[in-house]
Amino acid sequence: MWLIVGIVSFCLLPWYVLEDGFWSFEWLFDGYPFDTDYAPAAFLIAQGEKLWLAPLPFFLLLPLLSRVLNHSAKQRSNVLIMAGVAGIAWLAMQGLGIGLRGWNFEALSQLFGPLDDRQFGMGFGALFLFATFLFFLTTGIAGRGAVNGDVFVVGAIGLIIAMVTVFIFFPIVQMLSSALRDNDGVYSLGIFAEKFFENKIWGLGCLQGGTRCGVAWNSLFLAVLVGFLTTVLGLVFALVATRSGLKRGNFLRAMTVLPIITPPFVIGLAIILLFGLSGSVTRFVADILDLQPTRWVYGLPGILIAQLLSFTPIAFLVMIGVVEGVSPSMEEAAQTLRASRWQTFKTVTLPLMRPGLANAFLLGFIESMADFGNPLVLGGNYDVLSTEIFFAIVGAQNDQGMAAVLAIALLIFTLSAFYAQRRWLGKKSYTTKTGKGDSGVHVMMPKRVLLPCYLVAGIWTLFTATVYGMILYGGFVETWGLNNTLTFKHYITAFGVGFNDFGIHFKGSAWDSFFTTLKIAATAAPLTAMLGLLTAWLLVRQNFAGKNAFEFGTMLSFAIPGTVIGVSYILAFNVPPIELTGTGVILIISFIFRNMPVGVRAGIASMSQLDKSLDEASLTLGANTWKTFTRIILPLMRPAILAALVFSFVRAMTAISAVIFLVSAEYNMATSYIIGRVENNDYGIAIAYSSVLIVVMLTVVALMQFIVNRSGKGSRLAQSRTNW
Amino acid sequence: MTIQQARSKAASVEFKNVTKMYGKSVTAVDDVSLHVHAGELVTLLGPSGCGKTTTLRMIAGLEMATGGNIIIGDTDVTKLPATDRDVSMVFQSYALFPHMSVMDNVAYGLRINKLKKDEVIERANRGLELVGLTGYGDRLPSELSGGQQQRVAVARALVLEPQVLLFDEPLSNLDAKLRRQVREDIRDIQTSLGLTVVYVTHDQEEALAVSDRIIVMNNATIAQIGTPRELYDAPKDEFVADFIGEANLLDGRIESIENGMATVLIDQIRFELPTTDHSAGAIRVAIRPGRIQIVAANTPNTMAGEILKATYAGSHMEYKVATPAGELFVVSDVESDFSDGQAVGVGFATKGPVLLTA
Repeated sequence: MWLIVGIVSFCLLPWYVLEDGFWSFEWLFDGYPFDTDYAPAAFLIAQGEKLWLAPLPFFLLLPLLSRVLNHSAKQRSNVLIMAGVAGIAWLAMQGLGIGLRGWNFEALSQLFGPLDDRQFGMGFGALFLFATFLFFLTTGIAGRGAVNGDVFVVGAIGLIIAMVTVFIFFPIVQMLSSALRDNDGVYSLGIFAEKFFENKIWGLGCLQGGTRCGVAWNSLFLAVLVGFLTTVLGLVFALVATRSGLKRGNFLRAMTVLPIITPPFVIGLAIILLFGLSGSVTRFVADILDLQPTRWVYGLPGILIAQLLSFTPIAFLVMIGVVEGVSPSMEEAAQTLRASRWQTFKTVTLPLMRPGLANAFLLGFIESMADFGNPLVLGGNYDVLSTEIFFAIVGAQNDQGMAAVLAIALLIFTLSAFYAQRRWLGKKSYTTKTGKGDSGVHVMMPKRVLLPCYLVAGIWTLFTATVYGMILYGGFVETWGLNNTLTFKHYITAFGVGFNDFGIHFKGSAWDSFFTTLKIAATAAPLTAMLGLLTAWLLVRQNFAGKNAFEFGTMLSFAIPGTVIGVSYILAFNVPPIELTGTGVILIISFIFRNMPVGVRAGIASMSQLDKSLDEASLTLGANTWKTFTRIILPLMRPAILAALVFSFVRAMTAISAVIFLVSAEYNMATSYIIGRVENNDYGIAIAYSSVLIVVMLTVVALMQFIVNRSGKGSRLAQSRTNW
Repeated sequence: MTIQQARSKAASVEFKNVTKMYGKSVTAVDDVSLHVHAGELVTLLGPSGCGKTTTLRMIAGLEMATGGNIIIGDTDVTKLPATDRDVSMVFQSYALFPHMSVMDNVAYGLRINKLKKDEVIERANRGLELVGLTGYGDRLPSELSGGQQQRVAVARALVLEPQVLLFDEPLSNLDAKLRRQVREDIRDIQTSLGLTVVYVTHDQEEALAVSDRIIVMNNATIAQIGTPRELYDAPKDEFVADFIGEANLLDGRIESIENGMATVLIDQIRFELPTTDHSAGAIRVAIRPGRIQIVAANTPNTMAGEILKATYAGSHMEYKVATPAGELFVVSDVESDFSDGQAVGVGFATKGPVLLTA
């Protein structure tokens, strides 16, 4: 079957990427199949062009040869593996070796002499040929008996490994190598070391009373602070929600939806409205105390407040799982041993929660490190890594090497935190759930813990309410702080709808990016969910060599900050063999791989609740793995699928960090449009647009909750987040 | 599914030196050879972790053997995955698909195997009829009781008319009364359809009641194969003697062997037992609690004993007796009347003691 796909892609589909896009089909009439820009590989070779593609058909036909020669099944498998490996290797080599300007490496041109030909990015022909070789390889491996000879499972594993390699590892490696190069393209460790250990990154000036510390220290300090404070706040909220006898638990849980639907910089905007130079609070205080309003909020305090507001709900989600996970019978046991409430809390409850606390801390740490929107809006002179990366690329310096170096520094921090979380906490869990329902009731908290908790939770809730109120209100105000008249002006500028000869005319300036965002998010969501659930299924249900590495690889992209993904994508996919920058595809791909871990987590959570014997029953009844997957697993996972869908949709709409590097004039996203307005100090439109986004996503999430609840199964959304 | 058809499809199962390793160090099944005849119900019995479930799953094709050969009928299926084997399985958890009706569950295998529509319906209905659930087709599994779910699982496995039908502890989720009922039903269906059935359980009473033959497993190997009566009356070693029913284990001595009969001495008691592979010297002897007789003290060919504890258990009396050969557990009828501290004589019923291999 794949042989036919391979031959078709080689002989009929255009080999290179098409300027006008494949689906315009313009290429069919414009010199196809002989024009070298449009021709399939077979015609290229026949015309004596691009001769380096010539070995490919040989690899393609190898399996056929083996069938003709009547090889044994084992020999055939070996031939398939050989053909697959050789085909993929050759594709990769020619793709990487020969670029826009002939040979890509000095050594090659010395070896083979100069090449006065060039090639563009690979197109559909190459894509399908690659898939063919990949499935040759996996079918061959399955034929040799891996995973009980299951072609579908091996194929799926191969597919995911290939995708993760191309879209996560390849860009990261590209970025590393560009960090090692100086501006002339010469590799040198010295340059890297020089850039990496520059004062700007690691300087300790502030400690000696000097001017400023390096960005890395800034980021680290901020992340530790945020991690610690969000953990404390999260714990406070979790205790109030579960142990106070307060009936408002549901309200607090609803609050946890907020960070999911809020674009990351919106909190930053609201902080400016409150505490900025012309912010309400600043003015009010200045008027009363007769002080000169200052820009104090820009910098560490502002970022800190914004990130606390953004990430506390996440810590809350983690902590509520932990707090509920402490079995009531343990506490009851302590009480029957004559411990008072306070003693129980101090000696039993709190120690049992310790790993959960560490987990929440690391999550807060990673989120803060990766956060891009808030520092961008509120950073002032307090530079952090994620924004510095951005400025290194877009600023006047346009120093890709520098950006790569900064990205590596950032990556080192987040990856170590991620690694610590998985290695250290993964093994050491005090989750006391036994599988049997504990009938006990959670012990009420002692007063001396409860009162401060109420206080903190109350203040924080009030603050959050103010902030969100501000966002909604801010969109209707003429110019914040200067002219407080109410107006629809911003909404009209952004979302004006008019009528002309052709019917409805979306003349508002924001419509373009709004529709693009919807389109791209809607495309990315199903793909993300599919890939995530497939991966989850492989992880939970199948056993194969290297499964741990496989899991680590797929979860890795969660620990890679969006800015790093953004930088590495433009470094990797700006030139052949894979040329994607400026297209919508690169946005979709970046969303898929940024959000895939969410799908995987949701899938794993819901799949572990499906008894494995269901699969096995289906297998013994004669269904193969593919039928089992589609007929048994997928229907039973409907809630998880829905959750993954909505979640990846919403995340795609609110993402900013990777997006801002990848947008183009044609494909502008809502978030980067808003950031653009903010940079022009056009707060009105930015805030109006943000509230529209929030309302849209709130609707989507509410709709999902409604559907999921109606199908009678609890939402896995919350759980999937806590499992990070 | 006429009875004749099903009988003709039933096939034998053979293991030739089958080994299953998990990773490099854990041996779940170690060099096991066994033969299940067509139309026979064989139980795999053993404590948890003995490898019985792994053996069952290797027959199903859900685990692949690391070494050796598995033959079903005349075909070597060692490398065949579950999908391609003509074997059905009833799971401990029943594994009914919760999103499908009872009818769809039963028809699932038939549909997957691309049978004609009316044949699917007909055979599924007959399957439900066989387990006594006609008319329940439209319900969801969650709307049935545990026993009914169990029967749906049996029907689902039966309608495919498999060469071999496997049961993985099918009764463990049922309450005690239902257990007896269901196990008789399973046995009835098996004998009337002439099915080859391999059945896993850790409950020795269940195994004794239901099987043609029992394979006792321990530590990844087969401890003994035999009919229920053989296993109960003539256990080969301490493990089997102790695992199937209760047994008192005593130290004795073979004084001489003549014409396949060994003369054995335990304390004061001398008796003869048939033997094949023992030699004179120290020997372990097993004796069931019901085969020990308590009589008046100083009766000939008994040993001296003292009642440590007498317990009235309704249908019988239980005694703990101290003897020179060790402490014995004895069951006797309610008529017997010995009290704590009483001095008695202890003797063995003929055919009572069994010689064990080291």
